[in-house]
Amino acid sequence: MGTDVGIVGLTKQFGSQVIWRDVTLTLPAGEISVMLGPSGTGKSVLLKTIIGLIKPNTGSVMIQGTDIANCSEKELYEVRKLFGVLFQDGAMFGSMDLYDNVAFPLREHTKKSESEIRNIVMEKMELVGLLGAENKFPGEISGGMRKRAGLARALVLDPEILLVDEPDSGLDPVRTAYLNQLFIDLNQAIDATFLIVTHDINSCRTVPDNIGLLYHKHLAMFGPREMLLSSEEPVVAQFLNAQRVGPIGMSEEKDADELAAESHIEMPPLPPIPKQISPTNGLPRRGERPAGQWCRENGVTPPPGSFGEAVPVAQEFSQGT
Amino acid sequence: MSARLAAPARVAGGLFAFILDIGVALFKRPFQLKEFLLQAWFIVQVTIVPTALVSIPFGAVIALQVGGLIKQFGAQSFTGSASVLAVVREAGPIATALLIAGAAGSAIAADFGARKIREELDAMMVLGIDPIQRLVVPRTLAMMLIAVFLNGMVTIVGVAGGYVFNVILQDGTPGAYLASFTALAQLPDMYQGLIKALVFGFLAAVVASYKGMNAKGGPKGVGDAVNESVVITFVMLFVVNFFISSLYIQLVPPKGM
Repeated sequence: MGTDVGIVGLTKQFGSQVIWRDVTLTLPAGEISVMLGPSGTGKSVLLKTIIGLIKPNTGSVMIQGTDIANCSEKELYEVRKLFGVLFQDGAMFGSMDLYDNVAFPLREHTKKSESEIRNIVMEKMELVGLLGAENKFPGEISGGMRKRAGLARALVLDPEILLVDEPDSGLDPVRTAYLNQLFIDLNQAIDATFLIVTHDINSCRTVPDNIGLLYHKHLAMFGPREMLLSSEEPVVAQFLNAQRVGPIGMSEEKDADELAAESHIEMPPLPPIPKQISPTNGLPRRGERPAGQWCRENGVTPPPGSFGEAVPVAQEFSQGT
Repeated sequence: MSARLAAPARVAGGLFAFILDIGVALFKRPFQLKEFLLQAWFIVQVTIVPTALVSIPFGAVIALQVGGLIKQFGAQSFTGSASVLAVVREAGPIATALLIAGAAGSAIAADFGARKIREELDAMMVLGIDPIQRLVVPRTLAMMLIAVFLNGMVTIVGVAGGYVFNVILQDGTPGAYLASFTALAQLPDMYQGLIKALVFGFLAAVVASYKGMNAKGGPKGVGDAVNESVVITFVMLFVVNFFISSLYIQLVPPKGM
């Protein structure tokens, strides 16, 4: 289960406005990737391009030998059956209750009997913690519940690729933490390739195997979590640590004067890399890599205190003075 | 400047492409029978009462005008026929068009607009379901079917309203009114009315769906889409009505000639 998504040379323009140019990356099969970026850098557009809702100007998106960006409508509808997508507000069908919403893909695409459908729907509803709310309508429930219901619907056809658009927007921190844990557990259970678009720093530091950063109309960096979290690259360090110092300004990018004024300021030291969330049952995921492995293999010293190790007292002391 | 000129052309082009998509999706299986029936019932619900209420005064006004005019010519015996002719050929389809576009079309545009901005349509496409085949085709067919029925209803209510007006208020004789029915009117008049209703239903459904599915910019976008769809449909239906009428007059000779 799980399949690669190969994106090569993707460029999208709306009129003369470039959204991003020459985006090339591969979402590794069965791993969780997070796409980050300041607001308005086209993260959602990228997500919609990957499912073929938006056609890019150039480039290709290869999934199991089909180029989603340039294939026929018929192939597109076939390939989309591999996808599960969770939209920002859940995108539940307002005319149906939650049960019918979750059952909808099964009824449209499979010849399963109603009792089989009932079993699958109830299983997914339980997974996202919505048992008992099957007969509510999307308009009657909270945003968090809509999101979880959307997740149940995205999971019902056992997708090989799960795309998630801002799972944490409008959710409280506790619900976000539960949702993050759910993604990890799900990834372990179904081994699908995950792509999560977010700008919640905490989620992106602890959930994914890979992180990508869209900035200034291009893909600034894409790679293993530890590579980005230990990166000294100003844009990456600034965004992943939510700081004002760095090249990203209030309006997308700072102008030259501001940058010059800041040039003498040192970037603050990187905070420790937190441990990745592990599945609740304690067993490893297929895409999981041991903490610190990437840093050791590439000779990078992670910031002190990373992966939950104790900070040497002397070092902390010397930093303090 | 060129962009400004291109905008309406783009809308028209998009609409034609949309009609082609519907044409293709029309033959895709499985046909959405349940959606078709639900939508037909929904359209009946939103249009039937206003249609009845509109068609009575419509028939009466025609009877009033025609009756008065015909009296001046001294041809009272043809009042019934003239009134039937006017209702069957023009008033029926026009009243149908107004209600189909105003009541049913606006409801469809609003529904699609809301679905569009809530990303429901995107979600549907991502689930591997073509919204045109799943939602638009059943609505278009339902609209055409109900338009034909409404046309029949407007015609009957209109003629009956004309009868009441002519006989009770204008001192016409029931016998003369009924007997003259077939003096000028003929069966092709009714076919023409039916064809008009079919075309109007189709256009209203297509424009409403197209505008709704292309709504953008949040809740205001939905309002704009509904507004534009009603205005565009009205204009389109009246223009198309003119063309069908003139075509009909050219093609079908009047009775007795």
